[in-house]
Amino acid sequence: MREVYADHAATTPIHPDAAQVVLEVSMDYFGNPSSIHQFGRQARKQLDESREKLAATIGAAGDEIVLTSGGTESDNLAIIGYAEAHRDKGSHIITTTIEHHAVLHTCQLLEEKGFNVTYLPVNDEGFLSPEALEAAITDDTILVTIMHGNNEVGSIQPLRELARIAENHGIAFHVDAVQTYGLIPIDVKEIPVTMLSVSSHKINGPNGIGFLYVRRGTNLASLLRGGEQERKRRPGTESVAAAAGFAKAAELAAVEQEEKFAAYQQLKDHFLASLRREGVHFIRNGSEADSLPHIVNLCFPGTQVESFLVQLDLAGIAAASGSACTAGSVEPSHVLEAMYSDHNRSLSSVRFSFGKGNTLGDTEYIAAEIKKITDKTVMRKEGRENNGTKK
Amino acid sequence: MVYLDNSATTQPWDTVMEAYQQASYQYFGNPSSLHRLGTEAETLLRKARESMASLLKIKPEELVFTSGGTEGNNLAIKGTAMKHMNRGKHLVTSTIEHPSVKEAFCQLEAAGFTVTYVPVNREGLVDPDDVLDAIRDDTILVSIIHVNNEIGSVQPIKEIGERLAAYPKLYFHTDHVQGAGLLPLDFKEAKIDLATISGHKFHGLKGTGALYVREGVILSPLFHGGGQERTVRAGTENVPGITAMAKALRLSRERLEYDQTRLITLKNKLINDLEGVEGTVINTSKEHSAPHIINVSFPGLKPEVLIQALTKRQYHVSTKSACSSKLEEPSAVLLALGAKKEQAESAIRISYSIDTTEEEVKGFMNAIKEIVAEIKL
Repeated sequence: MREVYADHAATTPIHPDAAQVVLEVSMDYFGNPSSIHQFGRQARKQLDESREKLAATIGAAGDEIVLTSGGTESDNLAIIGYAEAHRDKGSHIITTTIEHHAVLHTCQLLEEKGFNVTYLPVNDEGFLSPEALEAAITDDTILVTIMHGNNEVGSIQPLRELARIAENHGIAFHVDAVQTYGLIPIDVKEIPVTMLSVSSHKINGPNGIGFLYVRRGTNLASLLRGGEQERKRRPGTESVAAAAGFAKAAELAAVEQEEKFAAYQQLKDHFLASLRREGVHFIRNGSEADSLPHIVNLCFPGTQVESFLVQLDLAGIAAASGSACTAGSVEPSHVLEAMYSDHNRSLSSVRFSFGKGNTLGDTEYIAAEIKKITDKTVMRKEGRENNGTKK
Repeated sequence: MVYLDNSATTQPWDTVMEAYQQASYQYFGNPSSLHRLGTEAETLLRKARESMASLLKIKPEELVFTSGGTEGNNLAIKGTAMKHMNRGKHLVTSTIEHPSVKEAFCQLEAAGFTVTYVPVNREGLVDPDDVLDAIRDDTILVSIIHVNNEIGSVQPIKEIGERLAAYPKLYFHTDHVQGAGLLPLDFKEAKIDLATISGHKFHGLKGTGALYVREGVILSPLFHGGGQERTVRAGTENVPGITAMAKALRLSRERLEYDQTRLITLKNKLINDLEGVEGTVINTSKEHSAPHIINVSFPGLKPEVLIQALTKRQYHVSTKSACSSKLEEPSAVLLALGAKKEQAESAIRISYSIDTTEEEVKGFMNAIKEIVAEIKL
């Protein structure tokens, strides 16, 4: 059976070169970077090099990169860390209704702790209007946290414009760039973001590592306490090997950025064309323009997402409903619920996300399999109607 | 080169790395995904959890995977304090904890909690009576390190746990990071509620760890987001790292029976030999210490000089905890033992792994003798 992995927004397979680096550094530079002996110093050198490489991908300096255990920790550190350290300045935080749970649930926690959070709505294409952000800012606002590219529908927010609004008001701006990093270049020298979250396993790097960019001079309370690592912002023995693998993956992603963007866009376009050719009835969730090239979210009216995914899975196709972080359950997507008033729409929607290894042939195969599934659904419906057992 | 700083970190085993590589390539799915690759990754994660739980004699649901010892200690301490602060705001710990425990308590003190620091004796041991005496009506957590990372002293965790069982509303946490590989604790028997372990201390990878959370104990999470780890710890699980850690723990336990005795013999031999060197002070208790840590002071000598001379001879040891080795201050742990300043300033730590050989220790001892003779001239 053909196997097509079209869930690269959930996680990506590690690049063999990155895996090789993890292996080599684990064995050859296993020392604790805080140790003063040779093993420690060599490990420290490896870590510093990785940090510099990662910093260079966004135009930052090495000391602005805080290595974390991944995207969730980066988002938590940015939001809780900034809010706690600036409580005396104000207690208002602005975000959107379509953020990843690592941001949304963190904001909800801060609400319990006495902060006020404004959740800005998006339009039916998944975009936030800069005017809405401008209007939401009060004297009490300390932080704006808005994702760059949405993980479910792919909408890309006007980052530069949004960050400038915050800057003009002297408010910190955090961006969750987990889905865009490696596909859309961001230079922190040009875009005035204060903090930026990145995850390694979304860019064909190893699991369990990510970073938070923190602009020099930003005061941040650390979530973890302990040793002096990461300039006290993130204590704990550094994952030297994983950081090296992450840096390798980031370098490869940077080199291939434009090529990948074009290739994924082509996969997406070909996929949609194939679906049309097959005569599949679908509605696109989100927008065609200003959208991540690798993510496409489609509603197949009349289908039920859970069984739809099972049937795709039986055909060897891995796709998703909503984000994987709703942990093993099919819950209605909060993103689609926020974009559309129609509850049924989110229960009939599937996210396909392309990446390394996917071919045009794969997208044709997925389209053909979808055609089979939707035909069956229609037949079953008609059958039920003919038998008078319509529910 | 002879590496004798295994309390700081250990070298991952080849077979552990093989498990890591295999999981990376073949089980790369996100365990939260519903498709086959996701369920396969989830199955691998479950197997790793079951394997570790069985070795630790706990239930699989009682294991929360973390990014390592620091996160585990922070989650246990702050997670308990924040969740149960309405019951009381008093906490008890010892004066010789790892920085990740000590600093977590400092943070809680700043947040309005009261912390009692139970002292240790000359051997670095806490008296269970002192722990019990520190308990008040509003005490919600006691956290005592199992094996001290600098001097290797082993606390009477089981006795403390059994006596604390008389206070069912109070939680008992132990930092088991140094013990997990070479001196395992039976959490159930010792009536422990929370215990921290770290993968890279027993030949797993850095960035992996676990927290034992006894069934029924509820913690406030540190990281918020997806529903992973029963919502105690959000974030995509590091499946390859966890798989590798489970393998490292299993391999460690398989070798434990034979190697634990072997290492204890090696430890005692080294302590005796070091005692024979004029002017040394042994900071590690012979009777109440782990099989792998030996701490010795050379009053009057600068430890940096000693370490450099050892490095020239290809032996690598450390001064104190790697997590605080940048600070050029006397060891806080040794000061807590009642050591004088020159003793606390001149200590080195030798720490074995399960792979350390008799030859390596002999060679180290010869190097020490040579160096001390040279410096004395």
